[in-house]
Amino acid sequence: MFRSKTSTRLNGLLGVGLTLGTADALAAWSLNLSPGVTPISRAVFDLHTLLMWVCVVIAIGVFGVMFWSILHHRKSKGAVAAKFTHSTIVEVVWTTIPFLILIGTAIPATKAIILMEETGEAADITIKVTGYQWKWKYEYVDEDVSFFSNLAATSREVRNGGDPSGVKNYLLEVDNELVVPVNKRIRFLITADDVIHSWWIPAFGMKRDAIPGFMNEMWASIDTPGTYRGQCAELCGKDHGYMPIVVVAKSESEYRQWIAEKQGAAKAEQAAAGKSWGKAELLARGEQVYNTACAACHQANGAGLPGVFPAITGSAIVTGSQDGHLDIVMNGKKGTAMQAFAAQLSDTDIAAVVSYQRNALGNSVGDSVQPSDVKAKRH
Amino acid sequence: MSDAQSAYYVPEGSVLPFVGTAGLFTLFAGFGAFLNGASAGSMAMLLGFVILLVMIFGWFSAVIRESEAGLYNDQVDHSYRWSMAWFIFSEVAFFAAFFGTLYYVRNFSVPWLGGLGSEALTGQLLHPTFDAVWPTNGPGQLGGHFEAMGAWGLPALNTIILLSSGATVTWAHWGLLKNNRTQFTLGLALTVILGALFIGFQATEYAHGFSELNLTLESGIYGSTFYMLTGFHGLHVTIGAIMLAVIFFRALKGHFTPDNHFAFEAVAWYWHFVDVVWLGLFIFVYWL
Amino acid sequence: MNTASNHDAHGPKSGIMRWITTTNHKDIGNMYLIVALAMFFVGGAMALVIRAELFQPGLQLVNPHFFNQMTTLHALIMVFGAVMPAMVGFANWQVPLMIGAPDMALPRLNNWSFWLLPFAAVMLVSTLFMEGGAPAAGWTMYPPLVQQTGDAFPFLIFTVHLLGMSSILGAINIIVTIINMRAPGMTLLKMPMFVWTWLITAFLLIAVMPVFAGAVTMLLTDQYFGTSFFNTAGGGDPVLFQHLFWFFGHPEVYIMVLPAFGLISQVIPTFARKPLFGYASMVYATAAIAFLSMIVWAHHMFTVGMPISGQLYFMYATVLIAVPTGVKVFNWLATMWRGSMTFETPMLFALGVVVMFTFGGFTGVMMGTAPTDVQYHDSYFIVAHFHYTLVTGAVFAIFSGAYYWLPKWTGYMYDEKLGKLHFWLTAISFNVLFFPQHFLGLAGMPRRIPDYALQFADWNMVSSIGGFVFGVVQLIFLWVVIKAVRGGEPATDEVWEDAEGLEWTLSSPPPYHSFNEAPKVS
Ligand code: HEA
Ligand code: HEA
Ligand code: HEC
Ligand code: CUA
Ligand SMILES: [Cu+2]
Repeated sequence: MFRSKTSTRLNGLLGVGLTLGTADALAAWSLNLSPGVTPISRAVFDLHTLLMWVCVVIAIGVFGVMFWSILHHRKSKGAVAAKFTHSTIVEVVWTTIPFLILIGTAIPATKAIILMEETGEAADITIKVTGYQWKWKYEYVDEDVSFFSNLAATSREVRNGGDPSGVKNYLLEVDNELVVPVNKRIRFLITADDVIHSWWIPAFGMKRDAIPGFMNEMWASIDTPGTYRGQCAELCGKDHGYMPIVVVAKSESEYRQWIAEKQGAAKAEQAAAGKSWGKAELLARGEQVYNTACAACHQANGAGLPGVFPAITGSAIVTGSQDGHLDIVMNGKKGTAMQAFAAQLSDTDIAAVVSYQRNALGNSVGDSVQPSDVKAKRH
Repeated sequence: MSDAQSAYYVPEGSVLPFVGTAGLFTLFAGFGAFLNGASAGSMAMLLGFVILLVMIFGWFSAVIRESEAGLYNDQVDHSYRWSMAWFIFSEVAFFAAFFGTLYYVRNFSVPWLGGLGSEALTGQLLHPTFDAVWPTNGPGQLGGHFEAMGAWGLPALNTIILLSSGATVTWAHWGLLKNNRTQFTLGLALTVILGALFIGFQATEYAHGFSELNLTLESGIYGSTFYMLTGFHGLHVTIGAIMLAVIFFRALKGHFTPDNHFAFEAVAWYWHFVDVVWLGLFIFVYWL
Repeated sequence: MNTASNHDAHGPKSGIMRWITTTNHKDIGNMYLIVALAMFFVGGAMALVIRAELFQPGLQLVNPHFFNQMTTLHALIMVFGAVMPAMVGFANWQVPLMIGAPDMALPRLNNWSFWLLPFAAVMLVSTLFMEGGAPAAGWTMYPPLVQQTGDAFPFLIFTVHLLGMSSILGAINIIVTIINMRAPGMTLLKMPMFVWTWLITAFLLIAVMPVFAGAVTMLLTDQYFGTSFFNTAGGGDPVLFQHLFWFFGHPEVYIMVLPAFGLISQVIPTFARKPLFGYASMVYATAAIAFLSMIVWAHHMFTVGMPISGQLYFMYATVLIAVPTGVKVFNWLATMWRGSMTFETPMLFALGVVVMFTFGGFTGVMMGTAPTDVQYHDSYFIVAHFHYTLVTGAVFAIFSGAYYWLPKWTGYMYDEKLGKLHFWLTAISFNVLFFPQHFLGLAGMPRRIPDYALQFADWNMVSSIGGFVFGVVQLIFLWVVIKAVRGGEPATDEVWEDAEGLEWTLSSPPPYHSFNEAPKVS
């Protein structure tokens, strides 16, 4: 398996020269920044191109001189060393010219920064983005819509040793995408819940750190409908490589329709919390919740990572009272990676995952927890 | 001068540095184990500390022996002077980190958390009830209600004490230069006493802070910066006072001459440095 | 009787105690260089773990947590265990020889600075075996992430303290030696360029190392004693740590590269058979770089949400460094211009530095430009940049210096054929290893990830292949050194044709105590 995959890749690589990749990679092939789809990304792309050419020109000059002397001023060609040791004029010239070049690039750079920082202008939509270990939460501030966005199950299933080559958008797919309208000014408010993350979509030309306790801002106005992918860009622990960002830009009407659907789904979820759940139902749902929300740390089999994340299997808390179990899941534990899931999961999800932990993963306490029990524990 | 004295003194091999490293390593490893909750940690710390003390004692004894034996020519003396000066410079940089921290939190992070400047939304959305005035224990009000340490009680008194101790050590130096041993030893004794007094008052002030003001290390950023800055300073005063005491006993034994007394001067420099840091503390931590 | 008059006659002690107790700058220099080489292999082996995992998408070899430990330790070991000690090793060997001193100014302290280093390295590597594993928050150790480290946490901090003490004491020693131990007539502006660069580097070290020590001390108290320096709930700020770290961290990269500049400023004139062009402007440029390096730190933080004025200031100040660095590059070119060049291994490596470091400098200026850095930041573009500056800047210069002085140190010529082979294979595999990482970064691959999307697969594979070749090729260097130490063609005192400098007036190898009688410099 390993072998054949490798060799096809190598063939693809060496066969048609270094610039051609294998078929699946070809689609997204790129050696350079993408010009992107926002005013900022285009400004950045132009600046990047300018800088690159400036460097190329300087490089040709500098290395040209160097290789000229390597070729012509070598002893084997009978070159005799000259005696000069300095020349004030030349030295002044080569101090001044780089300085002027830098002023030349600093002007467009300053303009680009000012463009990026125009966050104060009135926005059409405001979205709050919160980084968690290891998922994103999106809140449409004026729409009463909020949800978490996790790595999609397709990627999750193969990430531990499986073969990703057949997975579409491996590591760049999420379960809940962020949907926004095109040609609207979108303001992103960015913060984090635990450690520092960074929200980055290359096609928007922007990246902002999500810092716990602080609120950062950035803006975008997307001019082309499409799906834009990015990743967390600040080391945030074990699964830093597994918290992708997917933004779908749609027309205004499609966007409104999507918002309406989301609002409807939230109502349905609330209704579900009111009913009494059977144990099998709870466990089935609990397994799902566990795999998206908990398995990153406590592992899919409940074994945890010794010394970092405790095992669920045989844990005293899990096999102890429901109260204690609900307490750590809902309120987390300060100063550790264990988050307060009361703020992240619905009553039903918490009831389901707690029931699941008590009756699966090698545990068999026997009892189960109802959404109403969770509700009672919320203040 | 004989030939022997004109050669730059290069000491023979010595195990002291290696022992010192082993001591430090044991101390740190023990401390780490202690912080991780291992019971053997504190024993290892103690052991490491003792090894370190033995090493320091041995090293200084060696230097004193060599110096009193006249092995050091002027160039060696210069090396010691320069190295002490650069060592103090490194200490300045160390304290600069903490003063810089104080500056940063007071002028940037606390106002930003309160929603000032470009960070309006931080305050509005994340910390709506936070009132960003110094002194503060932050939006989470960590450690509960506390009172800040006033400047004009013990701290002001301590300022006077430390400044006078700077004067007495200089007075001692004048005594030495005039070869007036009484003035020299008396000046030193006074300096040590003033130093001890300072430490005593500082301890009293900490006790007051803990028991009456509810001001602890946990009192948010105010408590953190307050104890970190004054604590590291207090540690330096303590080390300085111990070194002064050693110099005092050496003076009693008749060490130091009007033109060969770098050890004394090094300690005096250090003492003045500690003095200046205190002035900074008094102004930026207590007063403003 | 007293030891001062006749200690010169003594040779070294024998056996292990020689190395434990030595106060001799050459012994200590040797130990520094050996530890550095060993650490280069250890850190390199970790890099190869990284490259092996990144050979293809999916997780094959290590889990993500261990991957992060490798990234963190690789960087810490390479920076603090390999490059800095190697430079201090050169300083120990060469500074006394080049300024005509009998030894370092403070020989006992010198021994202490050295021995702190292997102990610190042991402490750092031992964290791999602790509960929760080694530190995994990157060499930048940003809170709050670093506070999730397991039992290794306090040891990470104490390692930094030990390394910091080692560096500060070493730097004090070097400064004092240079200020106080020069032979009569060796005025400041007659000192070889390598000595100048170390003088300035040592100053930087003393200025910024303590700040780093202070910063990690605050991490420690935040973790165990309830302070809230980096905790917003208490009014602190995690970004404050980043300021403190980079106030140290940016000068730190120049601490690694300035002595490298010094090294190749010795090598290029020798093999161009022409004095260093623009000596005075080289000195001023070095000082200017050092000064600027202390006021540009926040260019590592263009995405943290700084006020616009801060971004502009740090951008302007950062790109300004290109001017004095350019002066240095142009001076090297002018030194070669109309010289009479030959291309022995030291020269090849020095030319490698000029070409590839300059390339890394160019990407540096692209990143110093804040709006574009917002795209590059934390992508593989950065990884490419800093390996071009660190590996082909610092490490290549170290190789250059090692080949240059190996005959002087050992008394035997190294194997020129193998040396050249080492250079060419290293230079080629280096570019195969790191050039594609520019493409990866621009195409959007974040750094510090153990697994990646499929479109990054091809270049990662190329890069990994380059990495394995690069790693294996370094064994040639090991072999060349061992061979030269064991014997071969004896080296003359001058070693290189018409080489300038006091070190070439001594025998190869030089006597145990270098200049018992201060040489006269005219
Ligand atoms: C030896 C090490 C070394 C050196 C010398 C440099 C040199 C430079 N570096 Fe680099 N840098 C690192 C090591 C180094 N760097 C490391 C390790 C990191 C990452 C740390 C981490 O995050 O882990 C980093 C990261 C880093 C960043 C942060 C990127 C990010 O995280 O977003 C930036 C941004 O400004 C930067 C800029 C520069 C600049 C402007 C120079 C300049 O000094 C370069 C100057 C040189 C030249 C420009 C070439 C010669 C000049 C001429 C020929 C004259 C004419 C040229 C022009 C007019 C352009 N570096
Ligand atoms: C001077 C510093 C230095 C040096 C020399 C190197 C050298 C190398 N680095 Fe380094 N690297 C850094 C400093 C350095 N690096 C820093 C600061 C970071 C950032 C870390 C962070 O993000 O926090 C980094 C990060 C970094 C990454 C990114 C990791 C990530 O983001 O997850 C990668 C990936 O390719 C990498 C690769 C390499 C390789 C292949 C080498 C090669 O040059 C190594 C050469 C290999 C050898 C020398 C191996 C020789 C060994 C053998 C042949 C086997 C025999 C083994 C034994 C005897 C034990 N490095
Ligand atoms: C980001 C990592 C992370 C995630 C995600 C996570 N946990 Fe935890 N969890 C921890 C850590 C760390 C601890 C240990 C806290 C401590 O030190 O006591 C813990 C402890 C626990 C415990 C107590 C176990 C014991 O024996 O101490 C339970 C129960 C638990 N978590 C349940 C959950 C559930 C349910 C979820 C998902 C809804 C979840 N965790 C998601 C990190 C995580
Ligand atoms: Cu979140 Cu990296
Ligand atoms: Cu930098």
